[in-house]
Amino acid sequence: MFKAKIWKLGDDIDTDIILPTEYLAFETVEDMKPYAFSPLRPELAAKIQPGDMIVAGHNFGCGSSREQAPEVVKALGISCIVAKSYARIFFRNAINNGLLLIEQPDLYDEVKEGDVAEVETGKEIKVNGKSYPIASLPDNLLEILEAGGLVKAMRKKNGLD
Amino acid sequence: MGHTLVEKIIGNKVGHEVKPGDIVTVPVDWCMIDDIMVPFAVQKFEEMGFSKVAKPDSVVLIYDHFLPATQVDDSRHFRVGDEFAEKYGIKNVHRTDGICHQLMTEAGYVKPGDIAFGTDSHTVTYGCVGAFSTGIGYTEMAGILGTGELWIKVPETIKVEIDGTLPGNVTSKDIILRIIGDLTASGATYQSLEFTGSTVEAMSVASRMTMSNMAVEAGAKCGIFAPDEKTCDYCKIPYDDSIKALKADDDAIYSKVLRYRAEDFVPVCACPSLVDNIKPVSELKGVKVNQVFLGSCTNGRLEDLRTAAAILKGKHVAPFVKMIVTPASRKIYREALHDGTIEILNDAGCIITTPGCGLCCGRGGGILSDDEVVVATNNRNFLGRMGTSKVKIYLASPVTAAKSAIAGEIVN
Amino acid sequence: MGMTMAEKIIAAAAGVESCKAGDIETVTLDRLMSNDGTTHLTIDMYNNLKNPRIADVSKLVWIIDHNIPSDSPKTAASHKKMRDFAREHGITFYEGEGVCHQVMMENHVRPGELIFGADSHTCAYGALGAFGTGVGCTDYLYAMVTGTSWLLVPETIKINLHGKLRDGVYARDLILTIIGQISANGANYKAMEFVGDGMASLSMADRIAICNLCVEAGAKTALMEVDDVALDYLKEHGREPKAIFKSDEDAVFSQVIDIDLAEIEPIVAKPHFVDSVVPVSECEGTKIDEAFLGSCNNGRIEDLRVGAAIIKGKHVADKVRFLVVPASRAVYKQALKEGLLDIFMEAGAMVMNPNCSVCWGACQGVIGEGETLISTGTRNFKGRAGHKDSFVYLASAATVTASAVRGYIVSAEKL
Repeated sequence: MFKAKIWKLGDDIDTDIILPTEYLAFETVEDMKPYAFSPLRPELAAKIQPGDMIVAGHNFGCGSSREQAPEVVKALGISCIVAKSYARIFFRNAINNGLLLIEQPDLYDEVKEGDVAEVETGKEIKVNGKSYPIASLPDNLLEILEAGGLVKAMRKKNGLD
Repeated sequence: MGHTLVEKIIGNKVGHEVKPGDIVTVPVDWCMIDDIMVPFAVQKFEEMGFSKVAKPDSVVLIYDHFLPATQVDDSRHFRVGDEFAEKYGIKNVHRTDGICHQLMTEAGYVKPGDIAFGTDSHTVTYGCVGAFSTGIGYTEMAGILGTGELWIKVPETIKVEIDGTLPGNVTSKDIILRIIGDLTASGATYQSLEFTGSTVEAMSVASRMTMSNMAVEAGAKCGIFAPDEKTCDYCKIPYDDSIKALKADDDAIYSKVLRYRAEDFVPVCACPSLVDNIKPVSELKGVKVNQVFLGSCTNGRLEDLRTAAAILKGKHVAPFVKMIVTPASRKIYREALHDGTIEILNDAGCIITTPGCGLCCGRGGGILSDDEVVVATNNRNFLGRMGTSKVKIYLASPVTAAKSAIAGEIVN
Repeated sequence: MGMTMAEKIIAAAAGVESCKAGDIETVTLDRLMSNDGTTHLTIDMYNNLKNPRIADVSKLVWIIDHNIPSDSPKTAASHKKMRDFAREHGITFYEGEGVCHQVMMENHVRPGELIFGADSHTCAYGALGAFGTGVGCTDYLYAMVTGTSWLLVPETIKINLHGKLRDGVYARDLILTIIGQISANGANYKAMEFVGDGMASLSMADRIAICNLCVEAGAKTALMEVDDVALDYLKEHGREPKAIFKSDEDAVFSQVIDIDLAEIEPIVAKPHFVDSVVPVSECEGTKIDEAFLGSCNNGRIEDLRVGAAIIKGKHVADKVRFLVVPASRAVYKQALKEGLLDIFMEAGAMVMNPNCSVCWGACQGVIGEGETLISTGTRNFKGRAGHKDSFVYLASAATVTASAVRGYIVSAEKL
């Protein structure tokens, strides 16, 4: 169980908003961090604190396959994203980077930015005294997530860790 | 029980019948890695601890997003790719030949029935030849490089049936934009789009590519056409029984069926700043245009250039308006040189750039400034995609693009 | 006492009978060229004036060539500012039509004119017997607002060219040799005037290449007598001379240099100075990552013909990026008609839209850390073509193309 402060974004938060193409080739994800969400909310990256969460509407992460998108979100310290739905490539990329994504249909419409949520993975999220049920991920994804991402899972497979 | 086309392609590869929702591990015929993602994929590959690439001949490296380079760090990506290719025996490297999604079928890699993954979301393009292909991240790509396979969830299929003859000023771009508008940008998430009907049968492979390419803008995992004789001509393979078998069964089960009459389509634009914000061009009359972009993996092919040239012949781009034309590949540029298309476009005042992703990926090729309006034939109009977040991007067909360039405002 | 060509043009522009080197004259400019390198700054200064006005808008020519197509929002904003201003004030405006100096030569420059350009290579216009000189945006603004400027009348170095260049040796090799000889500041504040029987064999393309590069020896301007070659070029482009001047027999020159064209050999200028010239053979074998054929110096049809003849039937070396950039839309079209673009493309070169790009290290073809470029551009300063730790060698179209084929620096003769 963990607590997280909510940052609220809208529907169709695309990968170009999460990290514009201009910054994709920066050598490290640390270099990219200040530019996360810059087309939409240039101030946001500096304000996010480790452990915070993002709450969004439908189709979060639509657009390109750029894995820098979930990587930069993870690097900002975001503990999880709760959205009504996700674009599929972003979904896979997030899991492969050990970034927790939760689908929840109602929470978005009932919370505001700055609210604090209590998350119990696979079970529920509590905000402002109300409980929102959440589902568990399929086993093959949980395995990757629990290993800490696909790289670590593969290292294990290759007998390195 | 019958199967959809994507179920058949996946089933053929894994050697047993599959149904939507099944999680299966598929052998991968083609891995496409573009220049942006090369260093990241290489790094992940090395972190994973693999000592060799499982199937070096299945790997294709393509430098296109950073070509020609606009920043001092760009060529590092080429160098990392070259070194990786050399170290692991990868022979398929395209350094200056054009856009990845054009080359993957044009250069003879992806064929009907193949399974391909690429580090770019528009990898869905290869559905135009009846392949299952989709975009993935660089970490998963690193995994495929090492193992030669990937797990996937067999998608449900939405059937899109279009019959009849298209009006003269309507192209496959208008069709796919309309479909995205109807489905919404997330309406096909996790699903396969299967395009059928007499209208798509009559289409060129190039026109089909435009539709497959944009399937991802509705969230789809892939956008597939059953291969036919035209496909086989394009792929330079015989139209035999194995190809003929690559089509959906009559009793296949679809999650949804969309039916359209070709005659009902009109020229449309995707208006700022969402791909599913579709409006008929007739409603946009009078929107002043600063720039027009004809190119990208969506509409940078010879037929697109010819379409624009037929409209621009003997005319000129409006004063103070730029029209940038970026052929999708070296081959296309040369064909357009040979048949006079380029000369017409040059005479009309177009700026013809070297093949690459260009403006579409926002790294060069005609970036815009605040409050400027661009009519573009590519696939995304996201906020800030082609410059500042105040740039207004209208996605349109080559017909609408060329006509708007002449008029200096959106018309068809 | 006799006058030099430079003195005569300035005297005419100043409305005086005569002037001599060292005099300061107030001149009326015939033409004012500015490009997207600095025009946005000029506009900012203009807008801060108390009573901004343009003396004679018909003399202004504004050209977007350095960063076309634009590569960043910042560039796009500069372009927009320039485009909007040009439109509002009715300034002759080109965007994407070619490198400014080539566009000027094709469309505007007339013998006898005095032209300011907010670009150092404006001295190229001497090939048509016009006094072109580069200025900063403050000088440009003053001239734009008043129609006039002050000018220190330069001394003139006379360069006598004799004979003919050997086959396989180009104007580019000649001017680099001269710069090597007199050094990068050997002609500071001066005019370089080219005369002699050797002129007859030089095409307009050769002449533009020679004049264009004189600023790399520090020259204020470069000049050539207007002969039939120049008049034919002018006629072909539908223009008449303003006035034709030539230096008097008894004009005073600060220095006279005699050059036997037959002795010139293929040359490269090594990093990071234009006067660091050596015969190609001394650099042979230097590995390259990129090659560039283009710019206001060597992007003309004659240069493309040289390159195409060398590369036809061959292929660009593995991993080398060869960028071919026609200097203008007209050059592009001619190259298209002659099949040159296709030859380059078949050989694996990248044909780009007319612009400055690689020559000034922005927009397209930027080179990375530790990379080496061989270029027909104008400069090889440290960091000029991209990363601060990169290397630029300057050479002729022939040497550049041959090197692109081999992947290392080599003269075309050895191919």
